[in-house]
Amino acid sequence: MLKVEHLTKMFGGLAAVNDVSVEFEAGKINAIIGPNGAGKSTFFNLISGMHQPTSGRILLDGEDVTRMPSDQVARLGVGRTFQTTNLFEQATVVDNLIVGHRLRTQSGLWDVLINSKRLQREEKAARDKAMEALDFVGLTHVAGQFIADITQEERKRVAFALALATDPKIVLLDEPAAGVNPEETEGFAALMRKMVDNGLTVCLIEHKMDMIMSLADKIMVLDHGEKIAEGTPEQVRNNPVVIEAYLGGEDDAAA
Amino acid sequence: MLFKLGSLFMKPGAKLAMLAFAVVFPFLASNEYQVYVMASAFVWAIAVYGLNIITGYCGQLNLAHGGFFAIGAYTLGLLTADAGWSFWPAFIAALVVTAVLGFLVGIVSLRLKEHYFAIFTLCVGFIIYLLIDKWEELTHGPIGVRDIAAPYGFGVVDFTETTPFYYLVLAFLVFAIWFMGRLSRSLLGRTFIAIRNGDELAQSLGINLMRNKVLAFVLSTTYAGMAGALYAGMVRFIGPEEANIIHTFDMITYLLVGGIGTLTGPLLGTVGIVWITQSLQFLEEYRMIIFGPLLVILVIFFPRGITGQFLTWMHHKAQSIAPAKKRKESKVVTTQRREVENNA
Repeated sequence: MLKVEHLTKMFGGLAAVNDVSVEFEAGKINAIIGPNGAGKSTFFNLISGMHQPTSGRILLDGEDVTRMPSDQVARLGVGRTFQTTNLFEQATVVDNLIVGHRLRTQSGLWDVLINSKRLQREEKAARDKAMEALDFVGLTHVAGQFIADITQEERKRVAFALALATDPKIVLLDEPAAGVNPEETEGFAALMRKMVDNGLTVCLIEHKMDMIMSLADKIMVLDHGEKIAEGTPEQVRNNPVVIEAYLGGEDDAAA
Repeated sequence: MLFKLGSLFMKPGAKLAMLAFAVVFPFLASNEYQVYVMASAFVWAIAVYGLNIITGYCGQLNLAHGGFFAIGAYTLGLLTADAGWSFWPAFIAALVVTAVLGFLVGIVSLRLKEHYFAIFTLCVGFIIYLLIDKWEELTHGPIGVRDIAAPYGFGVVDFTETTPFYYLVLAFLVFAIWFMGRLSRSLLGRTFIAIRNGDELAQSLGINLMRNKVLAFVLSTTYAGMAGALYAGMVRFIGPEEANIIHTFDMITYLLVGGIGTLTGPLLGTVGIVWITQSLQFLEEYRMIIFGPLLVILVIFFPRGITGQFLTWMHHKAQSIAPAKKRKESKVVTTQRREVENNA
């Protein structure tokens, strides 16, 4: 599904990601863990085309996407969420989600001017997609509310729905369960399982170890930009190098 | 539910009432000067609608907007006064020139983000002012451009008079608002709003930032050019002061007061402030003592302006009434009925 070969990103003299090779299988939950500053978010930014790598290759279903701009990568089916998602606070949830399907539509300025059939058709498709995504994350009941009036947990679900509205094949989730309570964390874990059950591939960065260990099919551990371990939760848990990285470093790993 | 339906009926009604008022205004006005003030307010409102596209919807603070207004005015002025063109060809030329220059400035300046973009466009605006002021062979410099043509009249309609020109401006304003309404509800408008929410998020949704930002920028400069050309046709004498940065900041004020990123905000803000300014004329420069605190209070308590605050208030009212209605009707609610409610 997603294959990364010898990926390196230098910021000046610092290697944020250093010679990382990994393969994420389709239909699985893949987790990336590591201490703060290990290069996890940079890794996501490289895959999604937000940053250009210094060297290495990224293959999506065999297609080389290494130097592609991020909007094109998104069109090929890479959806993502961010640690914080800025939405239009004084607009309804569903209004915020409609644009998620924009990348599958063609209408331009001329269609707006003459209110073309194509525009009407595409706007309906985008609205239907938004409602479908909202239904998937279980938020149909807040569709008509302003973003400003919904809870933190609901906002995070809206961010999920926005990524899902792009019709992705793989979704990159950056700390999906940060700042939510244990009960809600379980809800997000269930949501990720549901995504995989519906044929999506999930790739997430997370610090909540309990969640990762019970959820992930495969874990990659990054430390100082390098891959130090990879495998099932069981393998990673017992890997002495991982234990060293987490307990031996100064970083607050369990945050 | 009832409230929602009511507001739906109210909306087109409010629009029609506003339009009707604008149509009969010249007959209500006590003198020609008032009609003139209103016409110039409408001209500025068109420009503010343009600013609303790039700054309100797309989130890029463009401080060269007044410069593009002046380019529109000068294109029309120079083509009619010096080159002998008649009004309408020169008017079209003004739109084309501001669109093309907007495209060229856009592809360079939009590579910058946030305040860097604002500072860059501030400089562009000042360069436009300097060019108009110093390039005397073309622009006549500080002397300005005289004898600008008005559109040819027909029958008893003479566009060199104030009232006919007022209706001409009104027609363009209606078109400008109509197009804005269509744009803001369309997928394209939503794309602009997604960019305002954040570059990275928009990109992750597959939105090509540069293409959409440039499109928004070109639309906004074309609006500015349209307003500038109408202004030149109305006052028929222009000078370098039309490119003064103060006009850009005036337009930002109109936009903030009326409601940034809203459909009726630019109109309310512009017409409102122009008339308040007129009625405080007797205070001369001291009127800023009233304006300053008013603006500060508005930005603190109503960051989305008058229209934004009104829309939020309407939404909350509808939200709080809807559950109450639901409870009342729950005895007779059928599945079908619930569906209708959900779709409302």
